[in-house]
Amino acid sequence: MKVKITVNGMLYNKHIPNDMMLLEFLRKYGYVSVKRGCDTGNCGLCTVWVEGKPVLSCSYPAARADGKRVTTLEGVKEEAASFGRYMTAQGAEQCGYCSPGFIMAVLAMRRELTDPTEEEIAGYLAGNLCRCSGYAGQTRALRAWLQDRPWEKEGQA
Amino acid sequence: MYTIKSYVFPETLEEAGELLQRDTRASAILGGCCWLKLGRRRIRWAIDLTRLGLDQIEVKDGCLELGACVTLHQLETHPAVTARFDGLLGKCVSHIVGVPFRNCATVGGSVFSRFGFSDLTCALLALDATVVLHRGGEVPLEQFMASPIAFNDILLKVRIKDDGRRAAYQSVRRSTTDFPTLAAAVSRLDGKWTVSVGARPARAVRCESAAACLNEGKGAAAAGQAAAGELTYGTDLRAGADYRKKLAAVLVRRAAEQCMEENKG
Repeated sequence: MKVKITVNGMLYNKHIPNDMMLLEFLRKYGYVSVKRGCDTGNCGLCTVWVEGKPVLSCSYPAARADGKRVTTLEGVKEEAASFGRYMTAQGAEQCGYCSPGFIMAVLAMRRELTDPTEEEIAGYLAGNLCRCSGYAGQTRALRAWLQDRPWEKEGQA
Repeated sequence: MYTIKSYVFPETLEEAGELLQRDTRASAILGGCCWLKLGRRRIRWAIDLTRLGLDQIEVKDGCLELGACVTLHQLETHPAVTARFDGLLGKCVSHIVGVPFRNCATVGGSVFSRFGFSDLTCALLALDATVVLHRGGEVPLEQFMASPIAFNDILLKVRIKDDGRRAAYQSVRRSTTDFPTLAAAVSRLDGKWTVSVGARPARAVRCESAAACLNEGKGAAAAGQAAAGELTYGTDLRAGADYRKKLAAVLVRRAAEQCMEENKG
């Protein structure tokens, strides 16, 4: 079928297989920050935004994204890099495979929740798994990032 | 993974119904696709309802109405849902994987499929919900849950009377984000209780004997024992039947106590 999908502001007018998932579409067109993890909707590695809402691209039909705006890590790279520096400072990034999905979930959380509690943070990010870090470093990085609020200084949305 | 020969966005419900009737065995109404995509179904007509405006949450004619395409995350965030029934519907889905998953999974997908592991169907049963079907009209959820899946019909919305009932939900999971090992929900309206138990691991059901215990003032512990005694429990990789039976007594008791506490407030 034919779809028009806008990825990070760029319009793709493409023929796709009817059963293609958004994950495959994005990787096919070079958005390789989007990782294939469990491919069963459980690990959060493939998190992207559709119309600004975080979704699992492995479970989201590409056909359903027709006419919609999709954002990947490449589309928010300045803010992602800013948060990434907090992760690096806390040793939270080891193999790094989960980081793109985790960062997309974190940035979505920041837009959705104002001043989230520890419980809200844990609940929001529970579906983004990391097998290296045990989450302690990520939690420290998040706390520091939320306290510093660098997006306000950097003029991000 | 599934395969799809034709992917269709019907423009009206009538069109969706006609497409489905062409070949009910080879067609599929798509919900969130989180579960469907894990199977190996060969789908001739994949019918996507997301352009039919079924993603609305409304308070209408004295009922809270949840469209079939409402996502589980909407239940956690929409003020019309969080302000009712002690936030039961938002709380019951909050342990399901993470927000990106819950932005995909839908009310219609969860309810129509009658998944045994569904937190949502257990909670809706306790709220005395009904389902509105394209062909079958409005049917009590309890009756719908007990019937076999009719692949020739489309679930349009779930309706819950906005009657101000108080409610509570309890579940146990082996790990965060896992399916529930067992779930229990209770509600109370004008002194009349409703109790449901889910993830037995079979489909969620109402438990009349537990509700009767609470109605007669025998207490939460007696209701828990009644739920353990009345319902059947099964064994799967998460728990044995005996363990589930013991859990049922505890979770129904806790949910009833929580609801009593909330009523005091």
